[in-house]
Amino acid sequence: MTWIQAIFTALASPLFYKLTILSALPLVFAGIGGVFSEITGVTNIALEGIMKLGGFVAAVFIFYTGNPWIGLLMGMIGGLVLAFLHAYVSIEWSANQIVSATALILIAQGTVGFLMKPIFGQEGQTDFLTKIPMIKIEPLKKVPFIGEIFGELSAFFYIAIGVIIFSWFLLYKTPLGLRMRAVGENPQAADTLGVNVKGIRYFGVLMSGVLAALGGMYIAIGDIGQFQELMPAGKGFIALAAMILGNWNPVGTMWAALLFGAADAMNIQLQTLMELPSETKALLNLLPFVLTIVVVGGFIGKTRAPAASGVPYEKE
Amino acid sequence: MSEENIQETLKDYAVYMKNITKVFPKVVANDNVNFAVKKGEIHALIGENGAGKTTLMNQLYGLYKPTSGEIYVFDKKVDFKGPSDAIKAGIGMVHQHFMLVDNLTVAENVVLGSEPKKGILFDLKFAKKEVKELSERYGLKVDVDAKIEDIPVGMQQRVEIIKTLYRGADILILDEPTAVLTPQETNELFEILRALKNDGKTIIFISHKLKEVLEISDTITVMRLGKVTGTVKTSETNEKELANMMVGRNVVLSIERPPTTLGKSIVKVENIWVKDNRKLDAVKDLSFEIKEGEILGIAGVAGNGQTELAEALSGLRKIESGSYMFNGKEITNLSVREIRELGISHIPEDRQRRGLIPEFPVYFNLILSQHYKEPFANRGFLNFDEIKKYSHSLVKKFDVRPPDIYNLAGNLSGGNQQKVILAREIGSSPKFIIVSQPTRGLDVGAIEYVHKELINLRLNKGAVLLISMELEEILSLSDRILVMYEGRSMGEFENGELTIEEIGLMMAGKRIEEIKVLEKV
Repeated sequence: MTWIQAIFTALASPLFYKLTILSALPLVFAGIGGVFSEITGVTNIALEGIMKLGGFVAAVFIFYTGNPWIGLLMGMIGGLVLAFLHAYVSIEWSANQIVSATALILIAQGTVGFLMKPIFGQEGQTDFLTKIPMIKIEPLKKVPFIGEIFGELSAFFYIAIGVIIFSWFLLYKTPLGLRMRAVGENPQAADTLGVNVKGIRYFGVLMSGVLAALGGMYIAIGDIGQFQELMPAGKGFIALAAMILGNWNPVGTMWAALLFGAADAMNIQLQTLMELPSETKALLNLLPFVLTIVVVGGFIGKTRAPAASGVPYEKE
Repeated sequence: MSEENIQETLKDYAVYMKNITKVFPKVVANDNVNFAVKKGEIHALIGENGAGKTTLMNQLYGLYKPTSGEIYVFDKKVDFKGPSDAIKAGIGMVHQHFMLVDNLTVAENVVLGSEPKKGILFDLKFAKKEVKELSERYGLKVDVDAKIEDIPVGMQQRVEIIKTLYRGADILILDEPTAVLTPQETNELFEILRALKNDGKTIIFISHKLKEVLEISDTITVMRLGKVTGTVKTSETNEKELANMMVGRNVVLSIERPPTTLGKSIVKVENIWVKDNRKLDAVKDLSFEIKEGEILGIAGVAGNGQTELAEALSGLRKIESGSYMFNGKEITNLSVREIRELGISHIPEDRQRRGLIPEFPVYFNLILSQHYKEPFANRGFLNFDEIKKYSHSLVKKFDVRPPDIYNLAGNLSGGNQQKVILAREIGSSPKFIIVSQPTRGLDVGAIEYVHKELINLRLNKGAVLLISMELEEILSLSDRILVMYEGRSMGEFENGELTIEEIGLMMAGKRIEEIKVLEKV
């Protein structure tokens, strides 16, 4: 099969679209998490670390209780706690947010690496765990093509739809959203009008923790049903790119996540459809990352970051 | 107005600040200040930069707490914990640097912090209606749906005023409101202020422009070095008296510009185009010439391409097309160093960011553009003896205070920082100098000094391009004037040929041809 043939075969199969959505899911969660944090003026490049910790905590609780929903809840709390550290040093101490977030990534890595063996008895990866269930819609399943894509998807898919709608409403249709956007753009102006700048920033960063943890948990207990130490393998950084490409808007971030998801799906499809030497496969694996660099390089400057993003707010 | 008088008639006063002292680390910003504003008057608060006007008002607005003293608002003693307390007491402040959120709309900015709600949702429709009503009531023309970043400065200021009215302000503080406006916009603002006054609002107007203060206010309080030097009725004073109260000595209000004989044309700019940081055209098709011994003033409201023009001519920004000639030689897009070696120097508009390295001592700042040349450098090593010798002589010649070359540039006052820059840029006797906003934020004494140096340079056959947002400065120094609007030249004329009003029209986008047509009618 030639490249062109393979690409067209992929595009014609429902599997490609399903894979696109599934690859996009963690990016949607973490990317919108990034939006929540940055729109209030705190950059959060620790999404990668929060995703890892979220997935790990969920795996631990499922391992002990066998209940994936308890795992989900605890994973979200784990993300919240990690994000709180970032919020606290960024907001109260005006720390450099890049340094703080980098420390967070290392904390997540260290914690997970240290606890894998004592808890699961093995390093690298866990055994298979109970997953968050799939949701089957029987009538939809019978529709050709569409049914094969949407007929049976993880509950995470529906949670993601909820998150997109909720966050769009919150940011653009409520007083809180207006204040969040104002604080990320000009905290001084917001402060003179009696808006609680610190409180709003805490809210934004904590939300990013919960959402990024959801993204990390999808990879572990929504998709494979197993936690691996290498997860989320760079998805946290691609989520930042999706946030930028999506112009710090939850809906825009969703479309950007789908684009990156499509790159991932195409990579998987091409590798199964074509007989490729391993060197080429390795290069193909880089596709989503290359796309990230191209997109971020090409779009920075065209999209508009919140003006106060990354700038600590200090009175006087 | 003695203190007893005020105490007895406290009911007639909207604001009474009694014995206010505010101490910052190292500085006493307000020293036992008494300041009283009658209900329903326009009260001007004037003084030089650093006199303590804004500090005083920030205390009234709850941004700072006085170190000692009492504040009464509408006959009640107040102790504000923050701006929101002041807002509740009926005080609104329009800051010198607008407190607006650029990417939100006008209506969103007005209601931010006290948004109307429908259930849990933000009621944008109602917000827009409220803003429209306020805007119509006082003639504050705004476009409620426009984003702040897309509207002109004059409208942004009206948004700020609406913001205070929306929160029910009865006392309005305006901090240097005319600094960013054209003469016409200033007149519009004054109309609005009169309408507000007729409606019973009390207005405190901070300024250092005496003409405007005399035009708009009922009462004037003058501050100098943290103290009040007097409160006078506007009808009983004049410009000269106020200036003396502000500075504490007789001041020369206008500088003498002796006639010179112009030399040959030395700078020639033809049809240049320059882009800004957002890659939009900032300077469009601009052409002019400057002769030896001539000052060409560029007038215009801030943000009409002046910054980009100065950067392009000094080599900091790319000239996209057009030609830039110096002494008959094409020098378009030469590097900064190549341009400087030709004898062109540059006084940038942002002293602290582009003019100096604040963390470096004065002597390094003084040789910055020549640090690589003999005698300051020898085979790649700095020659400190020569550097210090040269710096000592410059500091003396330009009267930098304190005359200490080891002092960090950042520790100097604004006026002395500007002297260091002048020493560096003029000390090398340039043939052509690009001067941007040379007196922004300086006090009257320092302004006098800077102006004198520029006039001296002109007498020594230097060509000067003077960019300033202060029309008065342009008028008192320039031989010829070019007005820029949205990156284009609105026309060029000899100083004295047009009136201030006519120049104002050009600053607002009318071409000189249109104005000359009007003149004939």
